Amino acid sequence: MRTETSYNLPDVRRWRNVSIVVGIVALLACLAGLVSMPVQFFRSYLLAFVFWTGLTVGCLGVLMMQYVTGGRWGKILQRPLEAASLTLPLLAVLFAPVLLGLPLLYIWADPAAVAADPRLQAKHIYLNIPFFVARQLVYFAVLIIFAWLLTSWAAKWKTIEDPRYQWRLEHLSGAGMFVTAVILSLAMIDWVMTLEPHWYSTIYAAVFIAGEMLAGFAFSIAAVLLLSPRFAESIDPKRFRDLGNLLLTFVMLWAYCAFSQFLLIWSGNLREEITWYLPRTVGAWGIIALALVVFHFFVPFFLLLSRDLKENRKALLLLVLFLLLMRFVDICWLIKPAFAPSVVNWMDFAATVGVGGLWLALFLWIYERNDQRKY
Amino acid sequence: MEEQRTKLYGLIAEFENAETLLDASRRAQEAGFVEIQAYTPFPIDGLSEFVNVRRKNWVPVIVLIGGIFGGLTGFLMQWYAAGVSYPINVGGRPLFSWPSFIPITFELTVLGGALFGAFGMLILNGLPRLFHPVFTMPQFRSATNDRFFLCVQSTDEKFDPLETRKFLEDLEPVEVAAVFES
Repeated sequence: MRTETSYNLPDVRRWRNVSIVVGIVALLACLAGLVSMPVQFFRSYLLAFVFWTGLTVGCLGVLMMQYVTGGRWGKILQRPLEAASLTLPLLAVLFAPVLLGLPLLYIWADPAAVAADPRLQAKHIYLNIPFFVARQLVYFAVLIIFAWLLTSWAAKWKTIEDPRYQWRLEHLSGAGMFVTAVILSLAMIDWVMTLEPHWYSTIYAAVFIAGEMLAGFAFSIAAVLLLSPRFAESIDPKRFRDLGNLLLTFVMLWAYCAFSQFLLIWSGNLREEITWYLPRTVGAWGIIALALVVFHFFVPFFLLLSRDLKENRKALLLLVLFLLLMRFVDICWLIKPAFAPSVVNWMDFAATVGVGGLWLALFLWIYERNDQRKY
Repeated sequence: MEEQRTKLYGLIAEFENAETLLDASRRAQEAGFVEIQAYTPFPIDGLSEFVNVRRKNWVPVIVLIGGIFGGLTGFLMQWYAAGVSYPINVGGRPLFSWPSFIPITFELTVLGGALFGAFGMLILNGLPRLFHPVFTMPQFRSATNDRFFLCVQSTDEKFDPLETRKFLEDLEPVEVAAVFES
């Protein structure tokens, strides 16, 4: 039933139930895959985990950016951003399967491979299982503390209207943006870049940060438009234009960082650097790389130049859903060519739906529960 | 006569207070005028609903054209210089090394868009003329003091020198004057 204060569609609860059931079914299917193809299971699971965790940390980053810059656009997205940030404990738990699969996923975690490779031995001081696990604990602990403080202080600020909480939120966010950027960088290097431990790129983490901030924006805009349509209806279209402009900024930042990495490695043309691009620019992955240039940059770039599109809620919704799809394709392109048979497997989708189903269910639960607070 | 040499910019009506101007603006909009502009000594609440509502702004289009022009210029210039006019082998890379052309292409896209935007705006403002036509009306200086003006431009589809003057005179102005481009 609709109440006066609620902006929710009545069926958010049903969406939550559907996503939890779909998530569990998909994960059970993956479990069957684990028995028959354990290596493929962990590869697919890592893909799913990186996609959803990156998006969540992106939401936390946007939440902090909103407190630091203090734009009016931030108030529109605050509710989905907070709900997404509070899902981090679930993602910390969902990281456990990756830890179990470390020796199957990463060659630096395989003692036989390390013994045969002097370069891996040189990196062993950083790339070893105990230190890796310890780092993950720190990443998740720090991010969860930030998410918890930001949301609980914001709740206090709303209820008792004590201006000290605003000061605290702004200053915590200022420090938090720096810390979150460092953690996201280290985490993406740990999770994705060390799949090919001989290769490195200094701008690699920046590509991820730009992409995940874009994902955070796209997801939270979609959440507001889908879950709170009456609230979205009440907002001045100019605020959606602001959100569209910020989306455009991150589309451009992502393209700028991704292209900078490509340009430098292409110009340098060094044997140890180009190894990363070779499997990603030939055959099917080459076509996907071109598709990313067109659909992750040019199409959203030109569409987001249009003021009419940015102020049209329906068009904006379609565009952000499309951008989220492109984020998934981008992460596939970053991760999958690192593995020997880099073909797409059904478990890639099953794991993404499975992790996503559980994540979305928790997100919707927090989103609905926060309905009591006025946004 | 001087007036015969110049083109009519529009008709301008002078009002004594904000209420009559607001009322006149509403009636001008109701009469179907689109290219109407108001000049007041201070902001008037609600006035923007009636004047200058559907005016087409060409600057975004000009910036887009300038950006595309600049980008193409940058890209083709590098292709011609490094690949055709003076082919030079840089570390064995192909002559048409498009990835290294991108930064300059991007810079010239921005430059083209910015220059076209800035100068296009000035030309749309009527640049060779250094002042706005309404300033040819001597009383207009009081628009910054205690008078309110409503101008119907001759570019409006419904504009007719005689009919529009009659319409404006019905709005109880102090005076209706013709404004010429000069």
